Amino acid sequence: MRIQKRTIGLIVYLVLLLLPIYWMLNMSLRSNADILNAFALYPKDPTLTNYVKIFTEESWYSGYVNSLIYVSINTAIALLTALPAAYAFSRYRFLGDKHMFFWLLTNRMAPPAVFLLPFFQLYSTFGLIDTHIAVAISHCLFNVPLAVWILEGFMSGVPREIDETAYIDGYSFPRFFATIFVPLIRTGIGVTAFFCFMFSWVELLLARTLTVTNAKPIAAVMTRTVSATGLDWGLLAAAGILTIVPGALVIWFVRNYMAKGFALGRV
Amino acid sequence: MAEIELKQIAHSYLKTPVRDEDWALKELDQVWIDGGAYALLGPSGCGKTTLLNVMSGLVIPTRGRVSFDGEDVTERKTEARNIAQVFQFPVIYDTMSVFDNLAFPLRNRKADENTVRERVHEVAEMLELEGELKTRARRLTADAKQKISLGRGLVRSDVAAILFDEPLTVIDPQAKWLLRRKLKEIHERFKLTLIYVTHDQAEALTFADQVVVMNEGQVLQVGTPQELFESPAHRFIGYFIGSPGMNFLPCEASEDGVRIAGQTVSLPESILEKIVAKEQKLELGVRPEFVRPASGTDRGSLETTIRAVDDLGNYKIVTCMLEGLEIKMKLPEDWALPEVKCRVNFNPRMIRVYADGRLIG
Amino acid sequence: MDKWEDNRAWWLVVPVFLIVAISAIIPLMTVVNYSVQDIFGPGQRVFVGTEWFKEVLTDRRLHEALGNQFLFSGLVLLIEIPLGVAIALAMPKQGWRASLCLVLLALPLLIPWNVIGTIWIIFTRPDIGLMGVAINGLGLEFDHTAAPLDAWVTVMLMEVWHWTPLVVLLAYAGLRAIPEAYFQAARIDGASAWATFRYIQLPKMRGVLTIAVLLRFMDSFLIYAEPFVLTGGGPGNATTFLSIHLVKMAVGQFDLGPAAAFSLIYFLIVLLFSWLFYQALQNVGTGDKR
Repeated sequence: MRIQKRTIGLIVYLVLLLLPIYWMLNMSLRSNADILNAFALYPKDPTLTNYVKIFTEESWYSGYVNSLIYVSINTAIALLTALPAAYAFSRYRFLGDKHMFFWLLTNRMAPPAVFLLPFFQLYSTFGLIDTHIAVAISHCLFNVPLAVWILEGFMSGVPREIDETAYIDGYSFPRFFATIFVPLIRTGIGVTAFFCFMFSWVELLLARTLTVTNAKPIAAVMTRTVSATGLDWGLLAAAGILTIVPGALVIWFVRNYMAKGFALGRV
Repeated sequence: MAEIELKQIAHSYLKTPVRDEDWALKELDQVWIDGGAYALLGPSGCGKTTLLNVMSGLVIPTRGRVSFDGEDVTERKTEARNIAQVFQFPVIYDTMSVFDNLAFPLRNRKADENTVRERVHEVAEMLELEGELKTRARRLTADAKQKISLGRGLVRSDVAAILFDEPLTVIDPQAKWLLRRKLKEIHERFKLTLIYVTHDQAEALTFADQVVVMNEGQVLQVGTPQELFESPAHRFIGYFIGSPGMNFLPCEASEDGVRIAGQTVSLPESILEKIVAKEQKLELGVRPEFVRPASGTDRGSLETTIRAVDDLGNYKIVTCMLEGLEIKMKLPEDWALPEVKCRVNFNPRMIRVYADGRLIG
Repeated sequence: MDKWEDNRAWWLVVPVFLIVAISAIIPLMTVVNYSVQDIFGPGQRVFVGTEWFKEVLTDRRLHEALGNQFLFSGLVLLIEIPLGVAIALAMPKQGWRASLCLVLLALPLLIPWNVIGTIWIIFTRPDIGLMGVAINGLGLEFDHTAAPLDAWVTVMLMEVWHWTPLVVLLAYAGLRAIPEAYFQAARIDGASAWATFRYIQLPKMRGVLTIAVLLRFMDSFLIYAEPFVLTGGGPGNATTFLSIHLVKMAVGQFDLGPAAAFSLIYFLIVLLFSWLFYQALQNVGTGDKR
């Protein structure tokens, strides 16, 4: 009986969650004139024009490519640097560890608006404006601390006896880390990868500031529709639907890691 | 306290088990006598934990009945079974003090606070935890945490049995020894039924009055440690228990004994009767402890060649070869040995014969 | 569980330190620099000391925005954390249903923030939006462009819709990480569902919930794109949160100095509260009370 109630609650929640997304899908399949003309629960005269436009105009699809490139670079950098650091925080006590940990977190706390100008100046000094790597590195500012933080939590959940046993068995640190420890926290890595991907994917202000055309992200391309003759809702909705796809694929790949949890107690 | 009876229990984790391997537990019957100290011994993945979980109700068996003192509890939930279980990794309630941890099972069953206090103090005293009652449980060492897990079972005066699922895995050797002694002491004092799952034979043999040996979802033998040692019911047990394991030598029946690689070993009449006219694969089994170098030309001794001698402190293991068959001897360290050729003798009372891997005499 | 004491662990932290420091320290210094100067144009600046800070701290509109902000972030935490935990508890533990739930939950998180605002504009439009039409259909007056309360409700709904999944994902991952033996022990000890939640699931989720609370606090306190696109801070200043106010100041009025001073104060507020939350969550349930 109890289980039943829970499931119903969950289903209601998921339906509510999907309504705005359904609405976006609905609009993406209609022409702008049709959308503004009348309320319709489903597209009466579905059209793929909006999608065709996005896939055929370079300025549109290159936005996706650009976003995917810098997001992937960012996720890779964030995971590779955060894994050893998170291990250090979860296992060792060292000079200034607590301060360092909190300092990392503070980097998520700066209001972006005013920091944009100095960012622009900094990256132009290095000649990195309008490159993917610039956006990827700037996104590390908020993703690396997050990655360290999430991974640290997962690593602390792994009993330290596992490390001790491995060292006694003669494993070197890198070998232990790669062959025993990383598989143990794969849940955490999957979750972290997803979050890095997500936060980098949806971030707009920094990505827009640091790019001009060559690395212009999709979110910035989409703001173009907010001009001239007002919004082209259909086109925007189609672009919005397409922005969901890569992330949905990522979570599809990490879903098992998220669901399985640790195998502690069964090792 | 209760006698636990398992009738034709079988379990599969799959919905529709087809092949033999799909069954985690193949059909078995077993009675655990009230107040007994049992060890459930077997290699990893042999179904020990499943069997334990069937008794505690965490797993409902696919087939068969479980009864406590004659009362059928197969469908009864874990919390209604009065079973306590200690797991491989210490399970404690992190946010609670040691006192609250110990009191938890009683409070969940709505015991009044005076009883709770009394029982908790009694158990804490027995487990030598009184000093730490007010500490947060998470701050304790692994062995103290395991004591708490055990204590949560002991506080309930109505508990039918305490099940241990390899409880000493994460405990360091020194504390292991102390904890095992504590268990023995508790068993003697309260005459509780204890069932102790392990894959460590030393642990099983020192702890239990009765050892149940399992492999591949089946119970192979139930017996005292001595029985398991002297008359393993199955080839597997001969190998698994004892270090080194039993010697098994393929043989053929002959007039007054068996022939091994062309040489004859005579056997007592009682065993000979059982092997006559059987079309089975015969093996002679003898423990290394009961193999000795022969003096002179004893009748029935076998001609072998010594291949290796391993000195292990106060005894040595001698590996002899008999035409490609390996025979191990366990000798006191100061026993004199010939250089290469060595005739060996088997203690006639300790020779066992196996047909298709099963003991026949 | 005591950690090993070893300063060589610093070597493991160095890569992270470098990659973050590049983007963190220099821009912060630059902003500090702006905040104490009056900038007329390139090369023309005057040192003004703490003048901007005084001006900003006595700004009435800022107080208003700060009030809005605290109310908003407070509500966000009060709604999203319990809701997120409840949903995580209700989710299936494994199988394709669990996978499906995870993927669906992640969808709102994957939409760029400016698009979120745009979707909600059209979703709530009384003429062609599903929610707008539905509410008007119930006979209720609803217009988030005119009534402050309606604007608030809409922004909150959008926020809860957008971000609760984050809390769910974190809580769910935390729940799945609890070894099965804990639940078995709880059953053997006769614990009720509530006791299991209170003494096993909740304590074991403390780590992920700390992350969830802090992330939701920081990000909701810094929220900009979604409400800006949806309401533009209006009607009036009803939904003008701190960052919207800040941008109005920095961009609209070209006041880089006061805006920088404001940014730093803003930053310190987030820092202070994050630190308080962090301390509180680290210590809850770990000190010896008895």
